[in-house]
Amino acid sequence: MLLRHTPKEITERTALTINPAKTCQPIGAMYAALGIHGCLPHSHGSQGCCAYHRSALTRHYKEPISASTSSFTEGASVFGGQANMLQAINNIFTVYNPEVIAIHTTCLSETIGDDLPQIKKKAVAEGKVPEGRYLISASTPSYAGSHVTGFSNMVKAMAGMAEPTGKKNGKVNIIPGWVEPADMEEIKRITKMIGVKTILFPDTSGVLNGPLSGEYKMFPEGGTTVAELQSTGDSKGTLALGEWCSADAARELDKKHKVPCSVLDMPFGLKATDRFIDALRTIAGVSIPEEIAHERGQLVDMISDMHQYLYGKKVALVGDPDQLIAMTEFLVSMDMKPIHIVTGTPGKKFEKRIKELTKDMGCEVNVKAAGDMFLLHQWIKNEPVDLIIGNTYCKYIARDEDIPYVRWGFPILDRQGHQYFPTVGYKGGIRLLEKILGVLLDRKDRDDAESKFELVL
Amino acid sequence: MATATKKKLVQWGPAEVKSALLEKYPPKVARKRAKQIMINEAQQNETPELTANVRTIPGIITMRGCTYAGCKGVIMGPTRDIVNLVHGPIGCSFYAWLTRRNQTDAGPDGENYMNYCFSTDMQEQDIIFGGEKKLAQAIQEAYDLFHPKSIAVFATCPVGLIGDDIHTVSKNMKEKFGDCNVYAFSCEGYKGVSQSAGHHIANNQVFRHLVGQNDEVKPGKYKINLLGEYNIGGDGFEIDRIFKKCGITCISTFSGNSTYDQFASSHTADLNAVMCHRSINYVADMMETKYGIPWVKVNFIGAKATAKSLRKIAGYFGEKALIDRVEAVIAEEMPEVEAALAEITPRTEGKTAMMFVGGSRAHHYKELFDELKMKTISAGYEFGHQDDYEGRQVLPNIQVDADSRNIEEIEVSADETRFKPRKSDKEMKALEKAGYRFKHYDGLAADMDKGTLIIDDLNQYEAEKLVELMKPDIFCAGVKEKYSIQKLGVPMKQLHSYDSGGPYAGFQGAVNFYKEIDRMVNSKVWGFMKAPWQKNPQLSASYNWE
Repeated sequence: MLLRHTPKEITERTALTINPAKTCQPIGAMYAALGIHGCLPHSHGSQGCCAYHRSALTRHYKEPISASTSSFTEGASVFGGQANMLQAINNIFTVYNPEVIAIHTTCLSETIGDDLPQIKKKAVAEGKVPEGRYLISASTPSYAGSHVTGFSNMVKAMAGMAEPTGKKNGKVNIIPGWVEPADMEEIKRITKMIGVKTILFPDTSGVLNGPLSGEYKMFPEGGTTVAELQSTGDSKGTLALGEWCSADAARELDKKHKVPCSVLDMPFGLKATDRFIDALRTIAGVSIPEEIAHERGQLVDMISDMHQYLYGKKVALVGDPDQLIAMTEFLVSMDMKPIHIVTGTPGKKFEKRIKELTKDMGCEVNVKAAGDMFLLHQWIKNEPVDLIIGNTYCKYIARDEDIPYVRWGFPILDRQGHQYFPTVGYKGGIRLLEKILGVLLDRKDRDDAESKFELVL
Repeated sequence: MATATKKKLVQWGPAEVKSALLEKYPPKVARKRAKQIMINEAQQNETPELTANVRTIPGIITMRGCTYAGCKGVIMGPTRDIVNLVHGPIGCSFYAWLTRRNQTDAGPDGENYMNYCFSTDMQEQDIIFGGEKKLAQAIQEAYDLFHPKSIAVFATCPVGLIGDDIHTVSKNMKEKFGDCNVYAFSCEGYKGVSQSAGHHIANNQVFRHLVGQNDEVKPGKYKINLLGEYNIGGDGFEIDRIFKKCGITCISTFSGNSTYDQFASSHTADLNAVMCHRSINYVADMMETKYGIPWVKVNFIGAKATAKSLRKIAGYFGEKALIDRVEAVIAEEMPEVEAALAEITPRTEGKTAMMFVGGSRAHHYKELFDELKMKTISAGYEFGHQDDYEGRQVLPNIQVDADSRNIEEIEVSADETRFKPRKSDKEMKALEKAGYRFKHYDGLAADMDKGTLIIDDLNQYEAEKLVELMKPDIFCAGVKEKYSIQKLGVPMKQLHSYDSGGPYAGFQGAVNFYKEIDRMVNSKVWGFMKAPWQKNPQLSASYNWE
């Protein structure tokens, strides 16, 4: 047994986290910043943070992740990191010449109280930032929130680049949240089909799912451009997908530049996608093309065709709040039973929302924000499930308990496809369903007695 | 097969390459980097030529990690029956969770916490009001849940800054439990210039709190400790297999698949065999002073190096039975190695490699490339010191800077009751006369060809430039470097995590490595990078549907 020391009996823990269902803020800020075209994320802290985040993102995307660090030593930790940061800015523009340096803090620089806005000002005053180049920054203390919070904070900093001209650009801002590059691409495909002009930010498509061509571009073609980010203040409105990932940035644009916003769930599964498409229709004042209705119908068709294998199946979920809310709704809509749901990200709102979504399911639901995967495993030991959906760390539980398992979320370190095949939208729903059915039916084929073994399912 | 990597249109000299690497830097950076790039003379200098183990330049995209990574990630991470509890915000423990591929086998006792990740997940109020209470409570909860023999506590950056006294908390909990050894490592990420500081901190605390805790004499003959072997991809398992076959008893491995008791009993061994010189030489030195165990440098990466190291161990014990047994094992293992080489070297001979990894690995793996008849044209370490490059004879002449002084040097003296010289002076002299060298390491430079480039703390920009100018057939570094190099069309082998492969140590490991490099440098995929229409963009004739 891989997790042989996990007891079935649940005891209260107030100080010890075991097998976390989250990581720290800076990695989220780094991922978000990679969705700006020509941007180098910069970690203001000791160099291990940057090394760890780059490694984790590299393992997930199997793509180069460039990011720099202030490389604090003891001296900088005592006297402050300003000198390191200024030196870093100068070196970065000289050697790598990005259009934007997106700086995020760490627990180290937050604890000693480095003042990034002040350091940025000094860098500009000292002429360390060339003409047409930008510094943006986000405060991302690792001891608050989670990687999701860090992502949200950097997206908010991106919204801070808005420079309204007073002339509307006729576009809709879409903030997709922490989804895969493939999902961002899919959102663009959908909005294009509908005929809505958008500014999608961040946009990691074309950055973290690049080709092998014999050429290495430190700053690939993809990403939201600085011009687009500046133009977000002239957009007619903002659709923020996900309360945890995207709402803060949208509200910032609303508050500062009167760009109205709607916060929606991430468009995973049928109903959340319905709401997303309908919101696009209303905001842009367009009618939805038949192709979209066709894709929707295909998803509904697949659910009805295979409903018998989904009905009543118990599911354990672990991941990030926005993703889990949409997934829970999707599973419930197919008459499945998500009964154990854990996120490491704090927020009582999450528990409340999940309770609402599952209230008519007719069974007890375990849900915890600021929980961990050790607890999830204990819940599973107490009430077994038919399916686990979550990141790669779930495979230890899945193998020990012999439970079918679908990889979804962050990080996925041992399978491929998440960069290339979306799970948002109706098409994405079909892919999710294909994956879920795949593992459930593989299990049935493995376990059925020979006499019950079926050709047609 | 025409691939982009094989077109060596321009032959660059090392001096030209060096100046090309420095060209783009601001003057201050260029001056500093110039001292960390050496055109190898392969001489045994008394004073080091190359600068190493110095601060990373802020903003220059480095391969290096932090002190915590060296302490918790490298040294303590692979121990299986110690609960490794990280005191800090969640990230540090999360990123070190199962990502280094240290394999473990729970053995008959069944205790194995390797697959778990423990953290105090410090929150804002802990940073403001102090985290000692939370740490004590977390230790208590870990004890109540698992009743481990030992709990190790690791500090992350904010812990040192807010002044949590993790050592006192650990000591108090140890006294409270009575049957669980609790101790702490002040390995805050900012403590040193690289992972290397973390190795040293780990060595100190392992020596202080673990080594010598169990005096019980273990059964077996020819007792050694294998220091600096971390069982990445199962390397340690292969070395264990060979030791068993030879009749050598490995009391402890620091620290692949290790247990608390192995550390506790390690002072009962009669020889310390040091694999990774950089990460573990400190404890080897301290054990020699305190317990009288001599140490020798070994290397089990490469079949010839493995044979040489086994002979070195056998020679130390000097008994014919062992010497004969080792020879028999080598004779038994080598045919498979030779057969693999005979098949593979025609496809690898003359190809070129670059390696920038670790603090000893770049040197060790050169052995394997030599066996494949591949030339290592440039190499360096991520966190090596000057003695790792130019040999331990430069040690007295290394200038100790403020960053290194920052790391505690433990004062060690001979143990009053347990110090026992393993060999008499006469025996040691005889061994030395026979060419046997204790506490000795020649470093990487001595093994590299003249005129090759040795580069310390290579960064992303320089790596890309080196590949562009020198077009190696394979490049070796870590996961962060992997895909930027491969985008250039050059296969990149990870020598930290082995790309999910391994073992590469010992005889069977060598064969695995030959096959792996053959696969990588001869993969068809590098020929697919350009589509037909990109290779021949001009239409030479009209195309007709006929």
